[in-house]
Amino acid sequence: MEYILNPWPWYISGPLIALVMAVLLYFGKTFAMSSNLATMCSMAGAGKFIDFFRSDWKEKKWNLIVILGAFIGGFIAENYLSVETNTNLNLKTIGELNDLGFNKPGKSIVPDELFGFEAITSAHGLFILIIGGILIGFGTRYAGGCTSGHAITGLSSLQKPSLVAVVGFFIGGLIMTHLILPYIL
Amino acid sequence: MKYFKFLFIGIFFGIVLYKSEAVSWYRIYEMFRFQSFHMYGIIGTAIATGVIFLQISKKQHFKNLLGLEINVPKKEHGFIRYIVGGIIFGLGWALVGACPGPMYILVGAGVYSMIIVILAALLGTLIYGAVKDKLPH
Repeated sequence: MEYILNPWPWYISGPLIALVMAVLLYFGKTFAMSSNLATMCSMAGAGKFIDFFRSDWKEKKWNLIVILGAFIGGFIAENYLSVETNTNLNLKTIGELNDLGFNKPGKSIVPDELFGFEAITSAHGLFILIIGGILIGFGTRYAGGCTSGHAITGLSSLQKPSLVAVVGFFIGGLIMTHLILPYIL
Repeated sequence: MKYFKFLFIGIFFGIVLYKSEAVSWYRIYEMFRFQSFHMYGIIGTAIATGVIFLQISKKQHFKNLLGLEINVPKKEHGFIRYIVGGIIFGLGWALVGACPGPMYILVGAGVYSMIIVILAALLGTLIYGAVKDKLPH
């Protein structure tokens, strides 16, 4: 039980993520989480105004069920499968984050400084979350996939477009973390 | 009932990502600072296992539930959309520390402010759909 309650090591987690991909392929579907965003747009009727969303969302209902499951999984993992542990971050990372104004790096799953009540009720904090979300939604649809669709499924099936996309993910991530984040926090 | 299996695999996915700490903002930051092997280990072993599975399944002609051979859809050809779209997504990923799967997992884990990110991501998707034809792909 202790093994389950503590954070899981990477060499267990990675193969289990591949298992999710394999099971979805067995179900005749693809492991591609970001498509649920487009499905929800279609479901909300965006197809009436924008051709891109004119599709039969009922056929893609399964990917909404998967994210409903992911939501439940997060609830179960947080409430029943975890003991209070800190994320075992590199001490250098903790030092850097302290300098950036983060009080307790790794003591929670996400920083209060970005996701806490105070943050989301300030214009600055709200702006960060909204810009982040828009970049994620726009970027994944433009690139045709996210970490699951390109990094895991695409690279596992040795597809060149996915390699290009993953290189892009990292360029974007490095620019944000190294060149932008220190100035906007 | 036919959706039950999707609910189950979603729950499993949520638990794995939460327990692996891949949904932690701090882990994403640490990854982009090259200060830990953790995230690279997760992504690397996931891809390695995936490659092995798909190679074996190709050779052995594994069938899916519908009786058809297991098949990963081919991505369309192109370069600009992948590199530019990838960079845009990467910027957002590093900023809020979550991608389109973890967003929901985190809401389930009690990070309700992530709902703002989800709504904004829907808006971003909508914007893409609206300007798609004007973008180079």
